[in-house]
Amino acid sequence: MILQTTIKPMTITGVKVAYYFICHTKLWLFSHNIQMERESEDVLMGKLIHESRYRRMKKDVVIDNVMSIDFVKKGDIIEVHDIKKSRKMEEAHRWQLIYYLYYLYQKGVKAIGVLNYPLLNKKEIVKPTDDDFKNIEQIMKDIFTIVSGKMSPPIKRRLCRRCSYVEFCFGGVETP
Amino acid sequence: MKTNYYLTKDGVLRRKENTVYFINKEEKRALPISKIYAIYAYGNLSFTSGVASYLSQKGVPIHFFNNYGFYEGSLYPRETLISGDVTIHQAEHHLDADKRLYLARRFIEGATQNILKNLKYYCSSNSSIEKYIGRIEKELPKIEGYTDIPQLMSVEGHIRDTYYSALDEIFPEEFRIGERVKRPPNNKTNTLISFGNSLMYSTVLTEIYNTQLNPTISYLHEPFVRRFSLSLDVAEIFKPIIVDRVIFKLVNKKMLDDSHFVGELGDMLLSDTGRKLFLQNYHDRLSTTIKHKGLGREVSYQRLIRLELYKLVKHVLGAQEYKPLVMWW
Ligand code: SF4
Repeated sequence: MILQTTIKPMTITGVKVAYYFICHTKLWLFSHNIQMERESEDVLMGKLIHESRYRRMKKDVVIDNVMSIDFVKKGDIIEVHDIKKSRKMEEAHRWQLIYYLYYLYQKGVKAIGVLNYPLLNKKEIVKPTDDDFKNIEQIMKDIFTIVSGKMSPPIKRRLCRRCSYVEFCFGGVETP
Repeated sequence: MKTNYYLTKDGVLRRKENTVYFINKEEKRALPISKIYAIYAYGNLSFTSGVASYLSQKGVPIHFFNNYGFYEGSLYPRETLISGDVTIHQAEHHLDADKRLYLARRFIEGATQNILKNLKYYCSSNSSIEKYIGRIEKELPKIEGYTDIPQLMSVEGHIRDTYYSALDEIFPEEFRIGERVKRPPNNKTNTLISFGNSLMYSTVLTEIYNTQLNPTISYLHEPFVRRFSLSLDVAEIFKPIIVDRVIFKLVNKKMLDDSHFVGELGDMLLSDTGRKLFLQNYHDRLSTTIKHKGLGREVSYQRLIRLELYKLVKHVLGAQEYKPLVMWW
């Protein structure tokens, strides 16, 4: 069976870039609008962090429906800020931000990124290199291929335990 | 944790801030919105459109039943988990005759295997049951042979008849089913079966709401049999696991007496206390947990329904072939 895809090139969102690094099954499911929870604890937690900190910044900047940046700071150089809870998915967070910076770069805006971990009182500056931008182009191509193909079979790893899809992925293997 | 609320009396639903109240002459019961998973209404329930839209907005379905405990309809909340891909492929599996047959067979197969489990579990000490088990086992291969839905349905009917005849061998006389009579149920056990099956149907419907599946696209049952006919399909698998086991318990442990029924032979329904007893035991059964190998933790029977629906989603998406749940415990 060939699965038709409804994904259009412009609909690569930052979340998809992050999921590409986290799990291809998750990327596929999310891209096909298969979501599990109406409002998960994690989302609520994110909102709380958001509301309690960074009150003075301009928040939730949405650009072309592709990226939703937590806030932007304008100084000598534009800073794109992303707020995260923990550093578990650091690699994914970094590439998500690089993707945003790449996107802005295409629009003629040069910026650097900052990953904020308020719960840990940590910050990380992200200054993308040319190689990073080349990589992100390849990643975008990969995302198209994954999403327009069949659902990538789930592979059980540690991170599945905290994933909202775990019952979807592994809830059907009980019958001998 | 969210929970099911069963309203067995007549009353009114009112909203005050984040709480819905069930009010009648005797009581005022608070149903905090964050705690309601689904509402099952057995009495006459009145409510304002404000309450209805609030519950709908919060994703809470209300299921309505008549005096017999027959399902009458649902207030099905606005769907929020929609996936075009799932809907299209769900329909594709209905329209393609072979694909539809595959799923229709799996539902009957699952129901039959679970029926056999029940018979083997409850009747291991009774040798007269063996012949019924043998008969049902002989029907199983026919499921693969038949290629149209009405034939499949008739195999299923046959299996159920055999199952009920087997139960009659072990049930005390006052609980013999004889013939399965639905509307109106004519004796005690038929009353219990009808009541339980309606409940099962609504429980499955609640779970469907929490997935991307469209409840109107079904495989074994025709989509026009009932509005939400996918519920009927999936309920087949769970009736033996949940409803029938509740009935066995109530009958075997002699928990039922005449006060639990009203009406007479030929036209019987559960009394108020009968309904409460059934609902309590049904709810306990839904909340019972068992160890799930794939997930490595305990899951409730109610959750097993959801997992079954996820398996269907994966099947229609072409990710993993659907095999029905057969009790492994
Ligand atoms: S449960 Fe595991 S395999 Fe499934 S989507 Fe989540 S991370 Fe991926």
